[in-house]
Amino acid sequence: MNFKNIKNVRIQEKIASAVLFSSTVLVVLPVVLILAVIVVKGIGAISWEFLFSMPRNGMNAGGIFPALLGTLYLVAGAILFALPLGLLTAIYLVEYARDNFLSRLVKLAIVNLAGVPSVVYGLFGLGIFVTFFHFGASIIAGSLTLGIMILPVIITASREALESVPKSFRVVSLSLGASKWQTIRHSVLPHALPGILTGTILGLGRAAGETAPILFTVAAFYLPKLPTSIFDQTMALPYHLYVISTQVPGISEKIRYGTALVLLFLVLVLNLFAIIVRSKFRKRKKW
Amino acid sequence: MNYRARKIKEYIIEKIIFLSGVTSIIVVLLIFIFLLKEGLSLFSTVSLKDFLLGRNWYPISNPPQYGILPLILGSLLVTVGAAVISIPLGVGSALYIAEIAPQRTREILKAGIELLAAIPSVVIGFIGLITLGPLIRNLFHLPTGLTALSGSVTLAFMAMPTIVSIAEDAITAVPRQYREAATAMGATRWQTTRRIVAIAARPGIIAALMLGIGRVIGETMAVMMVTGNAALIPHSLLQPVRTLTATIAAEMGETVQGGSHYAALFAIGIVLFIITFIINGVADIYLHKNLKKKTKK
Repeated sequence: MNFKNIKNVRIQEKIASAVLFSSTVLVVLPVVLILAVIVVKGIGAISWEFLFSMPRNGMNAGGIFPALLGTLYLVAGAILFALPLGLLTAIYLVEYARDNFLSRLVKLAIVNLAGVPSVVYGLFGLGIFVTFFHFGASIIAGSLTLGIMILPVIITASREALESVPKSFRVVSLSLGASKWQTIRHSVLPHALPGILTGTILGLGRAAGETAPILFTVAAFYLPKLPTSIFDQTMALPYHLYVISTQVPGISEKIRYGTALVLLFLVLVLNLFAIIVRSKFRKRKKW
Repeated sequence: MNYRARKIKEYIIEKIIFLSGVTSIIVVLLIFIFLLKEGLSLFSTVSLKDFLLGRNWYPISNPPQYGILPLILGSLLVTVGAAVISIPLGVGSALYIAEIAPQRTREILKAGIELLAAIPSVVIGFIGLITLGPLIRNLFHLPTGLTALSGSVTLAFMAMPTIVSIAEDAITAVPRQYREAATAMGATRWQTTRRIVAIAARPGIIAALMLGIGRVIGETMAVMMVTGNAALIPHSLLQPVRTLTATIAAEMGETVQGGSHYAALFAIGIVLFIITFIINGVADIYLHKNLKKKTKK
């Protein structure tokens, strides 16, 4: 055997490992840096007043309360719309649909909904909710737009959750005389719940962070008052960050980083929560 | 409950579920219809050729010119740049996570990648604006650091999570026997990874790349914040550019509803919708190829 060749192979092996490892570092390191920079520079801005008071002095002072509240309204509205619809769609695909042309079409539609650019959702929301249904730029128009955008997230997660429930659960329930819906309701859904919850939280996180879909459907540059009905415009956190970092010159760095930190915290906590729920569920599952 | 009432209840529930099930199809159709409804009126004054291949995007001059070639090239340039950065890094780290990393590291890395995917694009844009912009300006001695290059770098990081997680799934799905057979024949780990695993997972990796690129093309906020927004035909990576998405987001607020500018922005939306529809459809086909292989063994 040629020893030089073996040596070459060893060196190759080492180089390959090193290259793959460093590409992973290059992917992960910037994330850590971004988080670190935002936390370090933003933490000083966080105070009770920053979170719970109105912006003052052309957004140069005061807090971000209306934007924070607006985002909560929008996210709540989006989930109220998307969760029932997404869950029922998943139930249809997993429990009812046969593998035919229609169900394949539904799956193709979901794949495409997941890929539609967020700004196109914004256009759609503007065309249908703001203009066609005469909602105007309002919380309801923004919520529905965001709801449609997170629909594929919720459907996909719920589908996986339902599919992970063993077939035997259904067979036993049906053999005891339960109807199809009773079986789904009492023998399938309870076991799929953590997975559905995970999907819902991921959807919440996505809706909280998106800017483009709310640009033309609800988001206001600045409002002196809090919204009082679902037909009012509102400020929203991601749009507020966009406004103070590009549209208004001279906003202090502290306020910008503080706003970014609050948004990032909100979204990452939701995602972390979803990851934990999922891994707990996977460990516990023993069928 | 008596039998008859139960039957009726079942029937109603079944219909409700069916209706919800087909909503997705209806929504896709509605999106397309509403884009057409608002956008098609543009083509009564501008020909399709002038729209797609026109070299000037001057929506507010008189008479306005609606050529989106500079925007298409802007999107293309930024996307190609992002692909050049994110494809080798993404596939490399997917291979590392799936084949080399120990179990514990793997879980942590996967969670990290998932968190990267979750960072809102406006936050990434904000960071790019503050850090990358000045860096590129000083590095290349430019009048502005907000260029196609800063857009490419920023977008590369937005494509990475998609590429890594889907490619990693595809690599993990390669049956263990393949690896065992290669190892039994004396192949080293790297030889196995490169010649057996990477080839077997190829359709899934291609799907991952396509979905990553789809995300880049559709990305709006980050790209609008860091590319400098000049709607000119770009000649180098170090110039400001304007993408299709950013044009819609930046200009919709200033248009008159029902006017030609408004219609032109919806027409750009149609172009984007069609591009992403094709990319996602093809990626889905590749994903299913990977899946079929897996089940066949």
